[in-house]
Amino acid sequence: MKFELEDVTVYFPYDHIYPEQYAYMLELKRSLDAKGHALLEMPTGTGKTIALLSLITSYSLSKPSNPVKLIYCTRTVHEMEKTLAELKLLYKYQIECLGKSASMLAIGLSSRKNLCVNEKVLSAENRDSVDAGCRKLTASWVREVAAENRKVETCSFYENYDRDTASLGSGVYTLQDLRLLGKEKGWCPYFLARHMVKFANVVVYSYQYLLDPKVAGIISKEMEKECVVVFDEAHNIDNVCIEALSVSVRRQTLEGATRNLSKISQEIDRLKETDADRLRSEYNRLVDGLAQRGNLPATDNWLANPILPDDILKEAVPGNIRRAEHFLSVLRRLVQYLKGRLETENVVKEGPVTFVGSINAQVGIDQKMLQFCYDRLFSLMLTLMITDTEEFLHIQTICNFATLVGTYTRGFSIIIEPFDERMPHIPDPVLQLCCHDASLAIKPVFERFQSVVITSGTLSPIDLYPRLLNFNPVVSRSFTMSLTRDCICPMVLSRGSDQLPVSTKFDLRSDPGVERNYGRLLLEMVSVVPDGVVCFFVSYSYMDGIVNSWNELGILKEVMQHKLVFIETQDVVETTLALDNYRRACDCGRGAVFFSVARGKVAEGIDFDRHYGRLVIMFGVPFQYSLSRILLARLEYLRETFQIKEGDFLTFDALRQAAQCVGRVIRSKADYGMMIFADKRYTRHDKRSKLPGWILTQLREAHLNLSTDMAVHIAKDFLRKMAQPYDKTCGGGKKTLLSQEDLEKMGSGNTDMLF
Amino acid sequence: MAERQVIKRAKYKSSIKDPGTPGVLTMRREKFEFMPSDPRSLIKLNVEFRFIIGHKFSKEAPNKKALLNLTQDKGESYIFEFDSFPDRDACRDFVAMAIAPPINAGKAASEKTTVPPSSEQLSTAEMDRRIKLLQVDSELQKLHKEFVMGGVLTEAEFWATRKKLLDDKISSKSKQRVGLKSDMIFNVKPSSDGQSNRVKYSLTPEIIHQIFAEKPAVRRAYLNLVPKKMTEKDFWGKYWRAEYLHSTKNIVAAAAEAAEDEELAVFLKQDDILANEARRKIRRVDPTLDMEADEGDDYTHLPDHGLSRDVSKDLTDSQYDLYKRSFLQDLNRHAAVVLEGRSVDVELGDTRSVAEALTRLKQVESAKEASNTHMEQGRSDLISRMAELEDLQGPRDHPVAPLSIKDPRDYFDSQQANAIKTLGESQSGSKHTKCILTAHEAYGSLRKSISEIKGLGLTDPIVKPEAAIKVFNELTRRISNTNYHLGKDPHESVLDTLPNVTKEEILHQWTSIQELLKHFWSSYPITTTYLHVKVNKVKDAMSKIYQKLQEIKSSVEQDFRHPVSLLVQPMTQALDAAFAHYEADFQKRSTKSVERPNGFV
Repeated sequence: MKFELEDVTVYFPYDHIYPEQYAYMLELKRSLDAKGHALLEMPTGTGKTIALLSLITSYSLSKPSNPVKLIYCTRTVHEMEKTLAELKLLYKYQIECLGKSASMLAIGLSSRKNLCVNEKVLSAENRDSVDAGCRKLTASWVREVAAENRKVETCSFYENYDRDTASLGSGVYTLQDLRLLGKEKGWCPYFLARHMVKFANVVVYSYQYLLDPKVAGIISKEMEKECVVVFDEAHNIDNVCIEALSVSVRRQTLEGATRNLSKISQEIDRLKETDADRLRSEYNRLVDGLAQRGNLPATDNWLANPILPDDILKEAVPGNIRRAEHFLSVLRRLVQYLKGRLETENVVKEGPVTFVGSINAQVGIDQKMLQFCYDRLFSLMLTLMITDTEEFLHIQTICNFATLVGTYTRGFSIIIEPFDERMPHIPDPVLQLCCHDASLAIKPVFERFQSVVITSGTLSPIDLYPRLLNFNPVVSRSFTMSLTRDCICPMVLSRGSDQLPVSTKFDLRSDPGVERNYGRLLLEMVSVVPDGVVCFFVSYSYMDGIVNSWNELGILKEVMQHKLVFIETQDVVETTLALDNYRRACDCGRGAVFFSVARGKVAEGIDFDRHYGRLVIMFGVPFQYSLSRILLARLEYLRETFQIKEGDFLTFDALRQAAQCVGRVIRSKADYGMMIFADKRYTRHDKRSKLPGWILTQLREAHLNLSTDMAVHIAKDFLRKMAQPYDKTCGGGKKTLLSQEDLEKMGSGNTDMLF
Repeated sequence: MAERQVIKRAKYKSSIKDPGTPGVLTMRREKFEFMPSDPRSLIKLNVEFRFIIGHKFSKEAPNKKALLNLTQDKGESYIFEFDSFPDRDACRDFVAMAIAPPINAGKAASEKTTVPPSSEQLSTAEMDRRIKLLQVDSELQKLHKEFVMGGVLTEAEFWATRKKLLDDKISSKSKQRVGLKSDMIFNVKPSSDGQSNRVKYSLTPEIIHQIFAEKPAVRRAYLNLVPKKMTEKDFWGKYWRAEYLHSTKNIVAAAAEAAEDEELAVFLKQDDILANEARRKIRRVDPTLDMEADEGDDYTHLPDHGLSRDVSKDLTDSQYDLYKRSFLQDLNRHAAVVLEGRSVDVELGDTRSVAEALTRLKQVESAKEASNTHMEQGRSDLISRMAELEDLQGPRDHPVAPLSIKDPRDYFDSQQANAIKTLGESQSGSKHTKCILTAHEAYGSLRKSISEIKGLGLTDPIVKPEAAIKVFNELTRRISNTNYHLGKDPHESVLDTLPNVTKEEILHQWTSIQELLKHFWSSYPITTTYLHVKVNKVKDAMSKIYQKLQEIKSSVEQDFRHPVSLLVQPMTQALDAAFAHYEADFQKRSTKSVERPNGFV
């Protein structure tokens, strides 16, 4: 359908539209008009993504003189694929309506690991070895040598790409499409995509490509101001920002760094004998400053400076680290110093200023030298023509740390722990530089782009995010869900069938009675609920413990008589395969249970919509480990800077995770699912009220304090009700589906009547 | 067995061309004898049936001879020519029965003979199919045993009604296979006797099968090691030793033991075949849930980058990594294997063949995967389908898979219960006796009873109130009881409330009756003598079952008598109908056969 939204003709690829989608688009359009940022919360299962894509592309089409470019950030690669699949649908519809004039280029961008088609490079285990394998074949000096010496191996895909000056026609390209195209034409998909990012109308990539200065410095630096940046599923965005600027150093890192240093010193000696000019020219270049990074061929590019663009010094490298040997000895001293600090017996917490001060006092490295470490190392590695970047990750980490600690004085702290609090008998010293201020990393994004849209199903309380991220949205709104029927059924279960309270609170957590009650709950539910059931636990260790004790109690065996059991483990490959099998078990009607962890990878981005998830059970309240020093330091910072109370923040954080977990069951209004919050603490108002509005409105008074048998009864009832044929029109009352005529009739005046 | 012996006139022929020696063929249980009618003739036969391995016979046709050829195991054969086909058939059936060994012997070799060829020469393929059907379906086997072995039906008749079953199997090869058990049966707890330090693990063929399916490395080790390097017993001893070490969760001890014993190490290490398989499978996983791709994308996953969150860190050194294995992994693996559900077609008893078959299966699978290039396309189609919002879009056709119900009884149980219930309710109303009385007679009887009462006077009260109430209560209680049970739970049928023996007996009789009735009704109208004989046989068998039904009814305890009689009712009704038809037909025939001579002579 297509309709007029104020002065924009919106092309929407479906015959109907939800009223909240329409309202969402309207808010979004207003923020685009105002060239400002927006913060929008809309429940999952109401088609956020398609509404966003549809409006922004239509907006761009309606203003051909000044088209906006869309940068769509997802958290994960599979979400990227899903978004592109939706965009494909939309694009097909727009071409149908408008013909050629609607043509656009949309691509997904990921790392070499996900785009490479060179079998030899791809056979490597992880991302870093793929990167290194690619560099070995495509680095400029390798190619120079190869031009003379036929025996030196290069990558045919890259050579073809370079020779044909390849480019992409209009269309929507998922990662898979790019790979297929690359294989077919013999072009390197990774460099093709990197190249095409500049010309694409829509770019879909991961958060890090904008937020992490190391990656953003290479990939996103050429994006112009007229971009709309969308962060989808952005409820965790503060954590991503913080991670981007944090580093941790362990013993293994330091040992590896020492090895790296001796290797580098060998390389320097070798180069001195063979090609001393190269070192000399590097020295001269450093005297002139480090400005020439921009002219590097794409294949030589490495991760950029870890600090934010505004903070990079535009001056020459200090004289005492210009010579390679001098720099090396500075690094040696630094590593030695860090080793010494790790040998502590007690927990140490200090600010960056003190830390830098003590480095200067003890090993004579001043703040400016630290600040230049990363760039200096990068330059040195280029000079030494090192392609095996994977091997040198450790020294990179050290330089990364040095540069950060030398640059920032506020919002960071350094925490040295001799062992993990939970396992005090095992020495595992770690030195962490942790960032507490999420606004640091995202600041350049807000400043650079005209509109930044932060959206998710769970942004409650919506006034907290502008404070955490330190920005002023022009539009900030939370939408509720208009339901055709009550297709979600949240429940709070506080007691087992024996009427004893259940909770994952510390004192109750390992109580066998609680474990058994949780087990009985699961068992009762799997015997009632068809197809897929998903369970979330508060942590891996808790899940491991409770699954083992269920096994001993024989509960697991009984569960298996109803459904197959799949589990998220820390091994990503295994988890992915388990998920794949889980889906197949649901598809074939066998039915399955998936055990997963809140804050884990599955909870972050896998949908359990339709028959893949008819019920989600959240066992416990997923609080962060509240004794962690990093968390405590962050809480302290939040209290001092933003006046956010510790308890409030912890509850907010736990509840957004819980809401995120249970929100994955709904995809559309025809879908349905139940959510059980199994912990007595959810009965308290201060906890519960932090849940997003669209769950709270469905949470009936009678469902607030249930025991297992009551919950089973409600579940049976609910399922029976949902099994009736679905009536779209819902017979009178509020309309929950709008057709084109409805929209035309409505005009633009009274849209607010819908809510 | 129906007949202990068969005596028929027949000619013995040494070959088909031979005119034959007339005589009497006597078949007994273990052997058959041939006595020539000419006592001077030297051809006397006395052969035991255990030497006979098969029989053939000629097709039934008006101008053909009725031949029966019994094949001996040494290759010799005895050919008999009978005066008539029914005679021959009687002998043939007797032979078939006699040379068939008890069916539950379970040996494939001997099973062949349980299904002797019927009137057409059967191909071995057809035979195999029948044997397989019998093996798969125990109910069919029971019927076969009862009627074919019992001489009620012939082999050909029995299968004739199941042509479709045979054909179906040919046309659609995809018959439903038995899935794997969803229990993790190999995850058995050791049992200890409580006195010594020993623990005992028990192992069944099923457990072995599951272990081999879920742990390819163990399978490979078995194929490599047994019996060349160690005995089967040692092998499993080692295996359980490794399992035991795992269950103690002492990685260091496990590593130490593995270092000393390389065979034990195989079981303790992580399964490398599985790891390879995982790497292969991950490439064709649905990209919308491929979390491994995130790993490759996320730049914060550099080691030591970012904050360490709630991850239980590796506690031990990397040298022990190899020996780490978690219960969770086992669970995932188990569920994956169950989901694949591919069981092998070999006897579970033979460990080696199970291992080999599973290995072959895997090879076939990976070869298939390698050749499959359409996958990518199919996958992207699926993603775009999944991307749609279903209720914003018009309806679209979904591909449906046909429902295949292995045991219809489970499915229709509830319906049956309902049917019986309504039957029971309508029963009370429909019991009107069919009496055709003339008005005069009725009047007479009424008058008679009135005058009787007049003469005797009414006893006051007619029935004693205590007795009446007692009877009334008893009746209502029972009726309400059954009604209550019937309506309450749809999963529970009347059958389940009965004792097991009775339940099985009734089910068995029910299938038998169905089988017999099928044959009975399909024989009408009776056109040949053959059919006539068949109908008679079937009728006899049915009347026997009728007897049995009555026995069942009377044998059950009082509480169950009512539901059982309700269950048996439709059966007896069906049988009654058959008998009635038989009687009517018999009457007609006999009058016809009587009339005819009258009319002509």
